[in-house]
Amino acid sequence: MELFTNQVLAGIATGAIYACMALAVVMIYQAIDHLNFAQGEMAMFSTFISWQLMQWGLPYWVAFVVTLAFSFAGGILIERVLFKPLTKAPILTQVAGFIALFSIINSCAGLIWDFTIKQYPTPFGSSPFLGSQLISTHQAGMIGITVLLLIGLYFFFQYTRVGLAMRAAAAVPESARLVGINTSWMIALGWGMAAAIGSIAGMLIAPVVFLEPNMMGGVLIYGFAAAVLGGLTSPFGAVLGGFLVGVFENLAGTYIPHVGNEMKLPIALALIISVLVIKPAGLFGRNIVKRV
Amino acid sequence: MSAIEEIASQAPAVDAVPKRAMTLSSGTTFVVVLLLLVVPLFVKNFIIFQMTMLLIYGLAVLALNILTGGSGQFSLGNSAFYAVGAYTSAILMEQYNVNYALTLPVAGVICFGFGFLFGQPALRLSGVYLALATFALATAMPQILKLGFFEHWTGGVQGLVVTKPDAPFGLPMSQDMWLYYFTLAITIAIYIFSVNLLRSRSGRAFMAIRDNEIAASAMGIDVATYKTLAFGVSAGITGVAGGLGAIAVQFVAPDSYTIVLAISLFLGMVVGGVGWLPGSFVGAAFIIFVPNIAEGISKGLSGAVFGVLLFLVIFLVPHGARQVAMVAQQLLGKLRKN
Repeated sequence: MELFTNQVLAGIATGAIYACMALAVVMIYQAIDHLNFAQGEMAMFSTFISWQLMQWGLPYWVAFVVTLAFSFAGGILIERVLFKPLTKAPILTQVAGFIALFSIINSCAGLIWDFTIKQYPTPFGSSPFLGSQLISTHQAGMIGITVLLLIGLYFFFQYTRVGLAMRAAAAVPESARLVGINTSWMIALGWGMAAAIGSIAGMLIAPVVFLEPNMMGGVLIYGFAAAVLGGLTSPFGAVLGGFLVGVFENLAGTYIPHVGNEMKLPIALALIISVLVIKPAGLFGRNIVKRV
Repeated sequence: MSAIEEIASQAPAVDAVPKRAMTLSSGTTFVVVLLLLVVPLFVKNFIIFQMTMLLIYGLAVLALNILTGGSGQFSLGNSAFYAVGAYTSAILMEQYNVNYALTLPVAGVICFGFGFLFGQPALRLSGVYLALATFALATAMPQILKLGFFEHWTGGVQGLVVTKPDAPFGLPMSQDMWLYYFTLAITIAIYIFSVNLLRSRSGRAFMAIRDNEIAASAMGIDVATYKTLAFGVSAGITGVAGGLGAIAVQFVAPDSYTIVLAISLFLGMVVGGVGWLPGSFVGAAFIIFVPNIAEGISKGLSGAVFGVLLFLVIFLVPHGARQVAMVAQQLLGKLRKN
């Protein structure tokens, strides 16, 4: 029993990483209605920027804020320059664009900062949290920040005019335009916010998985899985999905024989698919009724 | 969150492609086939090998095109079917001494069954969710092939070495050239089969489902059967391509069939034009040659160069090679009138 609770706790700690990423994924899905495959790489690039700033002597929180601003601007810039011209292109072409962006960012980061693994500082310290051996203060801080972000986003989308306009622009663009919402800029804003949230995720994850150009590969897959499991339309679902995936993964590794590190991901994915077969829109997603 | 989202009406994810626009005219076809027949006689063995790979990847992209462009279902899992086909051929050839030509139909049938079965749970999913499910299949496949349980047949992490077949009947041609013509014959056969499939009753059913699933079922199309059938056919063709790939490369290993292969096939389909069958081979050329070109331009930044080239293509022709072909056809039409 103790093994079980320990594994669940450890799962929640890793789940916090996935939850962070899933939240960023859902954010951009709300704004542009697609999954952005380059999201992880954008977060990785932002994390490298903050690392570089700290190397130049800036304190952590200053670097944190500067990176947030940089990512927000960068996200908007990418949308304006690369994806706005593709608005009318078929969806699959846009997905190819995400893959191209992935390849460009990954390769550039590798050239600028090379592929060696770097240490990344944590603002919370890494001592055991409340005497528990399994969750460090950093992981607790990570969970805390994820929850704060979630609450902030909830209020933004539910109670501000801009939040409402963004939701309208993503859900029914034509009607949104008719009531005077600038849908094109709402999409750009969505990209900016998603990039900023992604950069927070990146900076929180980096002390755990270490900083290198490929650090996001695995995390992003779990983030997608978590977002889809929780339902792509629900930020709350995404965060819960992240924690669930973390716990699943740990329990599968502990209790199913012959599961090495490499089989963890397929098993986690298989479980998610079984959930999806029963609830096709995810645990908390709403079924979208289509007009014929 | 609000009531608006519930009545959101969405355009279909895959553009409707008219049946007639799916193939080339007979004149163009003749020229292309003639080129494919004659060119290998005048080039080096390595280029012949690359042309063989082009045909093989072309088949795999074609299979994906039938699934996505034909029936409107996404798949990031076709690398798994490719792997199953490759391993079926390799195992039959090396462990059971079956003739290479006979292993291909077996690979096709096994993959058809596998795809058909996978299509069953995939029925309930669409769009992003289907993409995730097939993605899971693609990431799981290399790990499954590495499992100790199958090692007796698959050779585990090390994979299997496949012997290259000689030209039969003492024909005076190199192994590479024989394999090329062998692949070409199979490619042409499968291409004709695919074109006819899409023109048949089943093909029309696929397209009706792609354009509007609810309307299709209202017209009496058995949506479940045809969706799984599309998965099966796509997997079967991919399996044959995988088998040919194993023979051409002379080697199968789990790590050749990762998600990277699935993404390449997807890019090939987009670059060639979703739903345009001849475009599959243009797309295959893109995924084979462009990474090499990118590496040639800059070693350190090859990924970035590849990304930029891909952006260029989708900026200039968002509908892929199909768009180029259509523009060319219109120009020709104008010339003829004058």
